[in-house]
Amino acid sequence: MTLVASSTATRLADISGSLNVIHDPEQLAAYEIDRMLPAAAVKPGSRDEISEVVKFCAAEKLAVVPCGARSNLSMGAPLARYDVALDLTRLDHILAYDPGDLTLSVEPGIPLQRLAGVLAGHRQFLPLAVPFLNRATVGGTIAAGVHSPLRQAYGTARDFLLGLEFITGQGAHAKSGGLVVKNVAGYDLHKLMIGAMGTLGVITKLNFRTFPALSATRVFTASFTSAENALSLRQRAVQSPLRLLTMDILSPGAVEVLAGQVAARFEAGPAPVDRLPPGKWAFHATFPTAGTATARYERELKHMAEESGCDWCEICGDDRNPASFGRLREFVPIVLESSPATVVVKMSVRPSKLGGILASVADVAQKNDVRWAAAVGGLGVSYFSLLPSARDEQARLSVEKICEKVLADCARLSGNATIPWCPSEWKSSMKIWGPERADFEQMRKLKNVFDPVGILAPGRFAGGI
Amino acid sequence: MKFAAQRLNRIHHGAGFAALHAALAICRERRIVWLPLVDAPERRDYSAEGYSRIKAICAAKMNAKLLHDLKELLGPDAVLHRPEELMLYEYDGSVETARPDCVVFPRTTADVEGIVRLAQQHKAPLVGRGAGTGLSGGAIARHGGIVTSFARMNRILEIDAENQIARVQPGVVNSDLSAAVAHLGLHFAPDPSSQKACTIGGNVSENSGGPHTLAYGVTTNHVLALEVVLPTGELLHLGNSALDSPGYDLTGLFVGSEGTFGLVTEITVKLTRLPEAVKTLLAIFDTIDDATETVAEITARGITPAACEMLDGWTIRAVEDYVHAGFPLDCAAILLIDVDGLREVTEVEAAEVEDVCRVHRAREVRVARDARERDLLWKGRKNAFGAAGRVSPSYYTQDGVIPRTKLPATLRRIGEISRKYNLQIGNVFHAGDGNLHPIILFDERNQQQFRDTVAAADEIIAFCVQAGGSITGEHGVGMEKDRLMPLIFSEADLSLMQSVRGIFNPEGLLNPGKIFPDSKGCGEIYARPRREGAAPSARQS
Ligand SMILES: Cc1cc2nc3c(=O)[nH]c(=O)nc-3n(C[C@H](O)[C@H](O)[C@H](O)COP(=O)(O)OP(=O)(O)OC[C@H]3O[C@@H](n4cnc5c(N)ncnc54)[C@H](O)[C@@H]3O)c2cc1C
Repeated sequence: MTLVASSTATRLADISGSLNVIHDPEQLAAYEIDRMLPAAAVKPGSRDEISEVVKFCAAEKLAVVPCGARSNLSMGAPLARYDVALDLTRLDHILAYDPGDLTLSVEPGIPLQRLAGVLAGHRQFLPLAVPFLNRATVGGTIAAGVHSPLRQAYGTARDFLLGLEFITGQGAHAKSGGLVVKNVAGYDLHKLMIGAMGTLGVITKLNFRTFPALSATRVFTASFTSAENALSLRQRAVQSPLRLLTMDILSPGAVEVLAGQVAARFEAGPAPVDRLPPGKWAFHATFPTAGTATARYERELKHMAEESGCDWCEICGDDRNPASFGRLREFVPIVLESSPATVVVKMSVRPSKLGGILASVADVAQKNDVRWAAAVGGLGVSYFSLLPSARDEQARLSVEKICEKVLADCARLSGNATIPWCPSEWKSSMKIWGPERADFEQMRKLKNVFDPVGILAPGRFAGGI
Repeated sequence: MKFAAQRLNRIHHGAGFAALHAALAICRERRIVWLPLVDAPERRDYSAEGYSRIKAICAAKMNAKLLHDLKELLGPDAVLHRPEELMLYEYDGSVETARPDCVVFPRTTADVEGIVRLAQQHKAPLVGRGAGTGLSGGAIARHGGIVTSFARMNRILEIDAENQIARVQPGVVNSDLSAAVAHLGLHFAPDPSSQKACTIGGNVSENSGGPHTLAYGVTTNHVLALEVVLPTGELLHLGNSALDSPGYDLTGLFVGSEGTFGLVTEITVKLTRLPEAVKTLLAIFDTIDDATETVAEITARGITPAACEMLDGWTIRAVEDYVHAGFPLDCAAILLIDVDGLREVTEVEAAEVEDVCRVHRAREVRVARDARERDLLWKGRKNAFGAAGRVSPSYYTQDGVIPRTKLPATLRRIGEISRKYNLQIGNVFHAGDGNLHPIILFDERNQQQFRDTVAAADEIIAFCVQAGGSITGEHGVGMEKDRLMPLIFSEADLSLMQSVRGIFNPEGLLNPGKIFPDSKGCGEIYARPRREGAAPSARQS
């Protein structure tokens, strides 16, 4: 251990106790990000300790990366520096829960699954059905800004995060929003923290509105020979009075991956994708069961699917398809394990442009001979994943070419494209955050207000922040 | 025309926001420009210690050169500056007033950029203005300067029905957008009760809600992208029409910033599909407790109606007298509840809601038979503030939020406060969100009563905060509640927010004296000037 590392660890131990500081390189491996290791990891036990840690890091100009269960740490651009991992898993309490008001306040380190258990006791839930659900913490999920298939019906965290508290890059306590479902007092700083990847502050408390638990749901799956047909079902469904809970379109590659062995490891048990013939596009939707409405959903979905030219469709309950929703939710983790060098591009365009963009990406992937799998959300946000068979220079060149084309296509259609997941050693040559945007300048100014010394996860965010 | 003039005169004597609102409505309806001919009292001196920068800005008097340049830029018919022309722009919907130095009417983003450039050159304060229906003084030129009215930037620029997106100029009136897309089976979901007058630019600035935002979300949940002109002159495009713009959510930050970051010149919004079926229930209660407990239980049972509004007995009687919506005159409270969605689902939900109402001793639950009956009930709700204006010389609409489990206790407390100050307080509010709107009636000629009104309002808000709520749910902080911000935010929180404002509005030139308690002590609010002897008249333009 270097002198700097040991003095850092000592100082951190003063704040949080030596039991809560890790500096053994072997143990630190768990905190690796893009092949970088911190000098130390600290697990503070309170907001005040976090503030102390951050103040110390600011004074010493040490780069600090907040983390929860570390399931999303590989997202983002490579860090410029990495000195201290700030592990928030000890802050894992429910601070307030008023089931009658459907509001909840929690610490960032609480695992989503544990929280889900508590909410289920009151027949409520948070619509954060995100990837890595079995591990992820609430804070990490919000900071990573990952979304869930349920956004079709419930929106993203932006729509149900009511407020939060955080520690700025100077160690100051700050707060935004509140714990009521409607509130316009002060600026919505908490919206900035969603997906900021810890670059603006360390989240110490999150307030949510909760939702009544869903009664049993049913799954509708249809297969198509072309993307156009699957998309035309999407359009019909959107224009119908039905209110679907999830709606996704899977490319043939995505069907294959989700029906494969890796997927089964994530979510065992049967899923409709298992029964689909190869080479087909799939339309996958979930809907609520509610008395006579159930039959109506079934009838109309089938009818619309037929009108859209489906060649097979099926409706079944959760009992017959326990893994159906879970595999969809875990699409990203599953593709990450389905190739030695998975690259995931997140693209979003107006839904009417989906057909064009899918045709273009299929074409360029094929030309460059890279296997691909796309999960297209009903709202126009897609994960387009490239699954090269090797992690070598040739694969990198092909993937880079494809990504360039996809990014350019999305930009041309006034859409967005970023590359949230990518092998570490390829990151420097990829436009992880997409093309430079004019508003990045304002973002840099914001960063400067929240973290003037530039110690919070430097380099990881858009615009070099 | 004479008739309109007489009505305007009568209304103006009523004063307060009701007056303004009614006057605006008449002007809109008759497409006239109202130019009250009255000599203006001197603009009050709003300078304050501890805010020297603003003081310096205020000191910059509207000079002839600036006026000349503005006219050159926009044409003479797009600049108002004579005192009698400015009077209407002293107000918004709140109880505050202050006189701007001039009002300008841009038509394009380029016009706005030009205005900002001139304001910069002359260091003149700038304030954006939609329809002026805001209830917290947001659009009031607290420190004088240029009011930029977006009334003429009212074009719908794009309707993309397939993707359910619209791009509009900020001056588009909220209900005009919904009307323009209704034939496509779509609407703009945020529906403030003022929706026939207020603008989408104003909605964006205040992050406005409405009865149906209970199920559909407030303005911020429906805004995809913004074009803004910063007071530095910079033109910014935030977000875009596709979801999930990379980087920090600047769009989310700008919505609800109360016109203190930039002038919004274009807005891209989501359009929402109209529900297949709507059922409107009117539940009638003999005690307020029964009504509030019903709301708490609807929430706790996990039923999310599309809207759940409450009116208390006093308000019902005022409304009935005005709108004849068919509300019973002898009850203590009603709930107006919409459930919507699939036909089959609304049947079930309506039955559940009715069940909860009956469990809590609803005297009667009526279901609107058809669209006409439904519209009439909703007309009653949406005109409740106007109704209050007819029975009292002035009134003060408060806006607080509480957890919904605290509704019964809070309404009881409001009753106590009403008795303590001997003030009539009506309640008409978004019950399903826990968003209260106590209406306190007063006579502005009675200074003591006005002071009591403010004190009573403060007590109500303090109670909301104690109950775990907030000082404003949808009307904004503006110049009304800046002094209350410390109730919920620490000095450090506020200074961080001010630093954020500083990024976009570094000199504080845009909408100075709003949101933060740095601008003014409480004195200003209490010492409301009386407008006596004003004898306005109207003329056609
Ligand atoms: C009878 C009545 C009922 C109401 N009901 C509701 C309700 O149910 N829910 C609710 O939320 N509110 C309600 N309000 C309050 C008010 O209508 C809303 O706040 C509305 O959004 C204001 O819109 P406006 O166009 O009148 O804005 P204004 O009052 O003109 O301005 C409001 C703020 O927006 C700023 N602004 C306006 N346009 C721009 C722009 N283009 N760029 C930058 N800043 C701008 C102004 O500077 C000001 O700070 C009600 C008001 C009345 C009078």
